[in-house]
Amino acid sequence: MSEVKNILLCGVGGQGTILASRILSTALLSAGYGVKMSEIHGMSQRGGSVVTQVRYGDKVASPIIGKGSAHILVAFEAMEALRYLEGLAPGGHVVVNNYMMPTATTLAGQEEYPLDAIERVKAAADTKVLDAAKIATELGNAKAMNIVLLGALVKLMKLDNLDWDAAIRECVKPAFVELNLKALKAGMDAVA
Amino acid sequence: MKQLMTGNEAVARGAWEAGVHFASAYPGTPSTEILENIATYKDIYSEWAPNEKVALEAAIGASFAGGRALAAMKHVGLNVAADPLFTVGYTGVNGGLLVISCDDPGLHSSQDEQDNRHYARAAKIGMLEPSNSQEAKDMIKIALEISEEFDTPILFRMTTRVCHSKSIVELGEREERQVIPYVKKDKFNPVPAISKVLHTKVEERIKKLEEFSNKTELNYIEWGKDRKIGIVSAGVAYQYAKEVFGDNASYLKLGFTYPLPMAKIREFASQVEQLIVVEELDPFMEDAIKAAGIPCIGKEKIPLEGELNPDIVRKALLGVENETIKYDSSVVAKRPPVLCAGCPHRGFFYELAKFKDIVITSDIGCYGLGPKDIAICMGGGFSVAHGAQKVFNMAGTGKRCIGVMGDSTFFHSGITSMLEAVYNNSNVLLVVLDNRITGMTGHQENPGTGYALSGEPANATDIAEIAKAVGVKHIKTINPLKLDEVKEGIKWGLGFDTPAVLITRWPCALKKLSKEDKQEFGDYKAVNKVDTDKCIGCRMCIKTGCPALAFNSETKKASIDRNQCIGCDVCAQVCPKKAIVREGK
Repeated sequence: MSEVKNILLCGVGGQGTILASRILSTALLSAGYGVKMSEIHGMSQRGGSVVTQVRYGDKVASPIIGKGSAHILVAFEAMEALRYLEGLAPGGHVVVNNYMMPTATTLAGQEEYPLDAIERVKAAADTKVLDAAKIATELGNAKAMNIVLLGALVKLMKLDNLDWDAAIRECVKPAFVELNLKALKAGMDAVA
Repeated sequence: MKQLMTGNEAVARGAWEAGVHFASAYPGTPSTEILENIATYKDIYSEWAPNEKVALEAAIGASFAGGRALAAMKHVGLNVAADPLFTVGYTGVNGGLLVISCDDPGLHSSQDEQDNRHYARAAKIGMLEPSNSQEAKDMIKIALEISEEFDTPILFRMTTRVCHSKSIVELGEREERQVIPYVKKDKFNPVPAISKVLHTKVEERIKKLEEFSNKTELNYIEWGKDRKIGIVSAGVAYQYAKEVFGDNASYLKLGFTYPLPMAKIREFASQVEQLIVVEELDPFMEDAIKAAGIPCIGKEKIPLEGELNPDIVRKALLGVENETIKYDSSVVAKRPPVLCAGCPHRGFFYELAKFKDIVITSDIGCYGLGPKDIAICMGGGFSVAHGAQKVFNMAGTGKRCIGVMGDSTFFHSGITSMLEAVYNNSNVLLVVLDNRITGMTGHQENPGTGYALSGEPANATDIAEIAKAVGVKHIKTINPLKLDEVKEGIKWGLGFDTPAVLITRWPCALKKLSKEDKQEFGDYKAVNKVDTDKCIGCRMCIKTGCPALAFNSETKKASIDRNQCIGCDVCAQVCPKKAIVREGK
């Protein structure tokens, strides 16, 4: 436990990035890591671009990181991966959800949505593409997409040995515990 | 026990542990969760106030009566509360009194990035600034003790990254505080003769607070490997400096930042080769340090605008940047926040945008995401419309001004704004977009909803009744989801020579409906779909700007995301081919 690890989670307001990062930081804290997490509330909740940062290790000072610092970038939406790719450290991993959400400006025809966003990310960094919506829907609820992506992150960051069961129980309503546990496992398996 | 907490959660915990009796606030990012979390501690009386001025006044009353009290607000909220702030700076307190200001460097969710540290200096009161959640919790208690010892309100200044970052907090227990007996005192009644005396005390108090600032452990030195670089910093900027320099610099970390510990700063400066001040926004500390004749590096290197981060500090002071991946980011489309699917404001703005020769004066609530020409501050929409209308009339432009604001904003400061237009008789249309909740900050109750912060039933104030009492002659309430009603309503409202008030009444699409809401609005939620046989690809529905709608440019058909749609039917009303229908029908 010496080097501080940096994780970036990005997506669109309402996709559940904050819940995923809460579960993540809860498990890290229980495992004895120093943890800091930064999220932004307010305007970003209205369908805007959102980013959450989680840092863990022995001693964490800043709650936020800058460019080129993340060990892993988890994008809940395809184009958002491209938006935050500059946060990734060279050699870092990307997990990207194969899920595209148009923006107000692309819907209005003011600019184009880059349909090749995932290809562009793959060309720039080591990338795992997940169809998290499909996986979550098969498990019974498309909204568990965020936990599928968290599962992939857990596997790639070699955090499988943390107590995810307890972290999920602490962070989600009892009725959704089973679904989320399954979603986490499915996400881990998807990148195994 | 250790727990991960945001700065705001830690403040609430600190208030509970420190035996706070009374807490009041008006919601505003990034401060909102302070009161939401205080409300979970039943030992503290907590409430939403209609605005920040009222919140602080109520907290002052609680303090004078002998309780420990606090008022929390976002940075611009302190402008609203500035009047009582300056006077309570003179009177001092009885029970400890904290004014919590949450500033927003980087404007994550604000109209400006003012630096509220200046208020501590201007009002001549003490100031504390935490740099993480543990400090936020611990400093609340210390701040209350300082407040009572030195007879001063304390400005407890936080910033977005302290408010909304989570870090580890060691929890403590509540220490019950007895209410300090109330004794009638001259100082509580600051008429000129008394205030003259109080002013002398304020000046003496500032000197005592500076002595304290030099002694307190809130301001401490951390020696690094050597003494080449000495950094003076406070708040989250300290964490950034620490991230960049680690042990390669020494730090004078300040938690008590007004009055500054100038003797301690001088002593620290004398022991390092180069003194650097790392602070966000204005050169608040730097100016004071330079004025004291202590050379230092500050804003000539560290940016004055926006929030800092480790990258910015590293580049500014070391001239190095992290290596990043090379890729073309120019293809990334903007993703601005939008009105939610099913937002009751959408229908209103859709129709309003069709009117010609109008000027829309709005402000900063969710409805500020709709079309607008002018926005200044909370509650300003009506009074700005009034002033502009007078000049448009003088100039004979024929332009008509339409002021819009939400229900919570109306109660915040829109009532006096309405009164201005009525008293001085403008031919303006004033629209209250009543979505039955405080929307932008995440669903806080307000004086119109019928519920208090605690969740208990409260008096529900009726907006139309207020407008009537203010003297408005033309008042109409409409359903904003019915586009015909909206269009007629706006036309009606523009047909008078005196102020007219239009109230659009429908709950926020995300609101958890109360039983009264269910009675009034029914169980209206449903899901719509596009009948692709009927859809001609005209994109009329897309023009409503609803995020649940998408358009496939290959098939030339619109589609609806069933996970987002709540069946508001605005798109169905604009479809010329009646191609948007209820699912399952």
